[in-house]
Amino acid sequence: MQLDEFFVTGEPLIYGGMVSIALVTIAILFILTYFKKWGWLWREWLTTVDHKKIGVMYILSALAMLFRGGVDAMMMRVQLAFPNMNFLNAQHYDEIFTTHGTVMIIFMAMPFLIGLMNIIVPLQIGARDFAFPYLNALSFWSFLFGAMLFNISFVIGGSPDAGWTSYTPLAGAAMSPGPGQNFYLMGLQLSGIGTLATGINLMVTILKMRAPKMKMFQMPIFTWSTLITSFIIVFAFPILTVALALMTLDRIFGAQFFTLTGEGMPMMWANLFWMWGHPEVYIVILPAFGIFSEVICTFARKQLFGYKAMVWAIILIAGLSFLVWVHHFFTMGAGAFVNSVFSISTMLIAVPTGVKIFNWLGTLYKSKIKNTVAMMWALAFIPSFVIGGVTGVMLGMASADYQFHNTYFLVAHFHYVLIAGTVFACFSGLVFWYPKMFGHKLNERIGKWSFWFFVIGFHVCFFPQYFVGLDGMPRRVFTIIPEWMPLNIISTIGAFGMGAGFAIFVFCILYSYRYSEREKSGDSWGDGRTLEWATPTPVPFYNFATLPEIDSQDAYVKLKEEGRTTFEEDKLEPIHMPNNTGQPIIMMGFLFFASFGLVFEWMWMAIAFLIAGLIMMVVRSFDYDEGYHVEVDEIKRIERSARGL
Amino acid sequence: MKSMKQLMKKGLALAPLSLVLLLSGCELAVLDPKGPVAQTQYDLIMYSIIFMLFIVVVVFGAFAFMVIRYRENRPGRKESDYDPHMHGNNLIEIVWTVIPFVIVIALSIPTVDSLFELEKPPEAAAGEEQKEPLVIYATTADWKWFFSYPEENIETVNYLHIPTDRPIEFKLSSADAMTALWIPRLGGQKYNMAGMENTLYLQADEEGVYDGRNSNFNGEGFTKQTFEVYAESEEDYNSWVEETQSSAPELSQEEYDELLKPGLTVEAEYSSTHLEFVDHGTNEGRDYAIERHYDLYGDLMHLYSDQDAEDFMDEENDDDHESSVE
Repeated sequence: MQLDEFFVTGEPLIYGGMVSIALVTIAILFILTYFKKWGWLWREWLTTVDHKKIGVMYILSALAMLFRGGVDAMMMRVQLAFPNMNFLNAQHYDEIFTTHGTVMIIFMAMPFLIGLMNIIVPLQIGARDFAFPYLNALSFWSFLFGAMLFNISFVIGGSPDAGWTSYTPLAGAAMSPGPGQNFYLMGLQLSGIGTLATGINLMVTILKMRAPKMKMFQMPIFTWSTLITSFIIVFAFPILTVALALMTLDRIFGAQFFTLTGEGMPMMWANLFWMWGHPEVYIVILPAFGIFSEVICTFARKQLFGYKAMVWAIILIAGLSFLVWVHHFFTMGAGAFVNSVFSISTMLIAVPTGVKIFNWLGTLYKSKIKNTVAMMWALAFIPSFVIGGVTGVMLGMASADYQFHNTYFLVAHFHYVLIAGTVFACFSGLVFWYPKMFGHKLNERIGKWSFWFFVIGFHVCFFPQYFVGLDGMPRRVFTIIPEWMPLNIISTIGAFGMGAGFAIFVFCILYSYRYSEREKSGDSWGDGRTLEWATPTPVPFYNFATLPEIDSQDAYVKLKEEGRTTFEEDKLEPIHMPNNTGQPIIMMGFLFFASFGLVFEWMWMAIAFLIAGLIMMVVRSFDYDEGYHVEVDEIKRIERSARGL
Repeated sequence: MKSMKQLMKKGLALAPLSLVLLLSGCELAVLDPKGPVAQTQYDLIMYSIIFMLFIVVVVFGAFAFMVIRYRENRPGRKESDYDPHMHGNNLIEIVWTVIPFVIVIALSIPTVDSLFELEKPPEAAAGEEQKEPLVIYATTADWKWFFSYPEENIETVNYLHIPTDRPIEFKLSSADAMTALWIPRLGGQKYNMAGMENTLYLQADEEGVYDGRNSNFNGEGFTKQTFEVYAESEEDYNSWVEETQSSAPELSQEEYDELLKPGLTVEAEYSSTHLEFVDHGTNEGRDYAIERHYDLYGDLMHLYSDQDAEDFMDEENDDDHESSVE
C-alpha cells in the first residue's frame, strides 16, 4: 500500500484536520513532559479502577465526541443552507452523516450516560465500587480505543460512507470497497466489548451490592433505570456483536452472509441491526428518564409521584423495545399483517411513556420549584420530548410511515427524542452531579445562557425539518431544490445556536474551574434525596466509611431527619479496596492494534496483536492480586478532614 | 420571570404545529395528494394530527400550569401549595393510563384498515368501472431508474408516463443496492431490492408532472437519482406509447450492461425491455450487475451539487444513452 492510499488526500478540510490533530498531540505531549505529569497521568488515571475516575474519563471523552459529532452536524448544515457553494461534495457529505450518526449514538450518548452511571450508581446504592472494578477499567479502555479507531478513519484510510445503519448490500465488500467500512465494523466491535461488560457489571453491582436492607423498590429511580438499561444491553448487544462479526467475515474473509452473490441475505442485516438498534435507543433514553426523575424530585423538593408506576413503566418500555424493530423498515414489503402487528406494538410504547410524562407533571404538582440550570434542562425536556413522542406515534402508523419514512420528518423526530431526551439529560445530569464529581458547582448564570442558546437553537433547527420532510425532502441528500431552501436556512441558523450553546457550556466549565466556590458540604444543593449526597465532597476513594441501613426511598432524606451520616465512628472497620492496574489499558491497546490490522487487512498485524491480547488475558487469569485494606485510623483521618470535624 | 419565558417559548413552539392544519391542502408535497393512495395516507395523517394536537395541548397546558403556579418565588404562594409527601394517586394514574391506551386503539383501527387497503389496487370511484392495473417494472441501478412496460414492450430511463384514473402496479426491484420508489404526491414509498420483487400500487387522479425519486440512501449518486412522472389522459398516454414503440431504438444487452455501470445517465427510451435478458427481481437476476461490474463500484464520480447527469456524459461518444463513469 502506498502512503497516499494510507492517508486521505485531496480534501482541504481533511488536511486542516490532520494539522490540528498533529498540533494538539504535540501540545499535549509537551505539556505532560514539561510539567512532569507522565507519572501522575499513569498512576492516577490510566491505571485507575476507581469508578468515579473512570466515570470522569467517560464524560470527558463523550464531551470530545459531542464536539466532533457537532462539527460534523454544522458542516452538513452549512452544505444544506448553501448547496451551491460546493462546500462538500456528495462523497464527503456521505462520510460526514455516517460518522455524525455513529459518533453521536455509540461514542457520545452511551459513554456520557455510562459515565454518569459509573459515578453515581455505586454512590446511590451505598456501594464502594463496581462489582468488578478491573472489568470496569477494561470497559472504559475498550470504548476509548474503539472510539479512537473509528475517529482516525477520516485522516487514515477514509471514513465509512454507508450511513450509521450500514445497510447491506451497500456496505458490503462489492459496493463499499476499502478500509472505510471496516473502521465502522471494528470500531463498534471493539467498543461493544466494553458496553456489554459494563451492562453485566452494573447489573451485578445493583443486584448484589446495595446498602444493607435496601430493597429493590427502595432504590433511587436513576439506579432503577440503570438496572433495566443493563438488562437491555445484555440482551441486545450480543446481536450487534454477531451482526458485526458476520459482516466482517463477509468483507474481509469473503463470506456471503449479506451479499448479493452466493445467495446471501442482505435484508437480514437490517433485521439484526434493528433488533439491536431499537433496544439501543432505549439504552440511551431510559437512563435519561432516570436523570430527569432525580433532578425534578430534587428541585421540586418533593417525592417522585407514582414511584412504582414509574418503575413498571421503565420495565414495560424495555420489554416492548424488543418487539418493535420492524418499524424501522415498514417499507420493506413484509405485508399488511406484519406491519399491523409492529404498528400496534410501536404505538403501545406511547402508553408507558405517557404515564411517565404525567407522573413528572404529578411530581411538579404542589411542589416548590427551584429554578436551577439542572432543573431548567429537565423542565425543557418535558414539552420538547412530547413533540418528539407524538410525531413518533405518527411514524408508528405504518401506512402513514410510507410517506414519512426516509424523510426529514423522521430526522426531526429522532433528533427531538434523542436531543430533548438524551442530550438534555446529559447536560442536566452533569450540571446536577458536577459538584459531587469536581468539588465545585458550575456557574449558574453562564449555565443559563448556554441553556437558552441550546434549547432555542434546538427548536429552531429541528422544528422546520418536520415540514420540509412533509414537503418530500429525503434524509441524506447533499443538495436541495429551491422549494426546500427557506426552511433549511432556518434550520442551519438553529444549528449554530446549538453550537453557541455548547461553546458557552465549555466556557462555563473552564470559568467555574477557576472561579467557583469550592464545596464544603456533601449535600451541595441542600435538597439531596439519595445516598450520593450523604458522602462528603470530594468523595473519599472508598465512598462510604460506614453503610447506613436503608428502610425507605429517598434514603438521604430519612438520614437527614434522623441526624445520621455515613460516618459512624463506632462502626468503622477496615475497608477492602482493589489495587490499580495497568493491565486493562495494555490489553485493550493490543486489541486496538489487532483491530487496526484487520481494518487494513494486514493479517500479520491482526494475528500478532490478537495473540498479545490473549496473552494479557492469560496473565490476568493468574493474577492473584487481592487488593489492600484501608485501616480504621486512616478512614477516621480522611473523614474528619472531609467533614470538617 | 424565567417560567414566563419558558411559557412563551412553548407557545411559540406550539404555533407552528397548528400551521400543519393551515398548510394542509396547499404546498407541502405529502399534504397535497393527487391520487387515491396518497389521499388515504393524507386522511390518516390528518386524523392522527388531531389526536396529537389534543395531547400536545393537554400536556403543554398542564406543564405551564405546574411551572407557573408551583415555582418557589411566585408572589402569593400559600402554605397549602406544598405537599412534599404526596406519593401518588391510584385513580388519576389509572385515568392517565387508560386515556393513552384508548387513543392508541383509535389510531390502530384506521392504520390496520389502510394497511390492508394499500396492498390492493385502488378501487374505482362509485359508478365507474374498475380498470385493470397497468404493470410497470421499476428497477434501479446505481444511480438511475428503469421503467419497463412489459405489455407495451417499451422501456424508459429516468422518467415515465402513466395514464390517469387507472391503478399502476409497480413491480419493484434493484440491480444492486437497496433503494425505494417514492412519488410523494401519488403515495408512499416501498423498497426496491435485488433478488426479490415488491409490489406497490399507485394512481394519479389529476394530470400533471410529479417528482419521483429514490428515497433510500445507496451511495454517491443518491441525491441525483430522481425521475419525473408524466400523468396524462388515456389518449395522450396511448399516443405516447405508440410513438415510443415506433420511434425509439431497441435495447440491446450490451447497451443495457453499459447502462448498469454505476453512474448518472440522462433520460432515454427504448422499444423493448431489459426483462428479455434479466429480471433483477428474481433469484437468478440478483447478482447480474455485481457479476459484471464488481470493480467499478469503488470508483468515485466526485459529484458536486451543481452537476447533473449531462456533466458526466462522454462527449466523444455519440451514443447518448451511455454512462460515462468508468
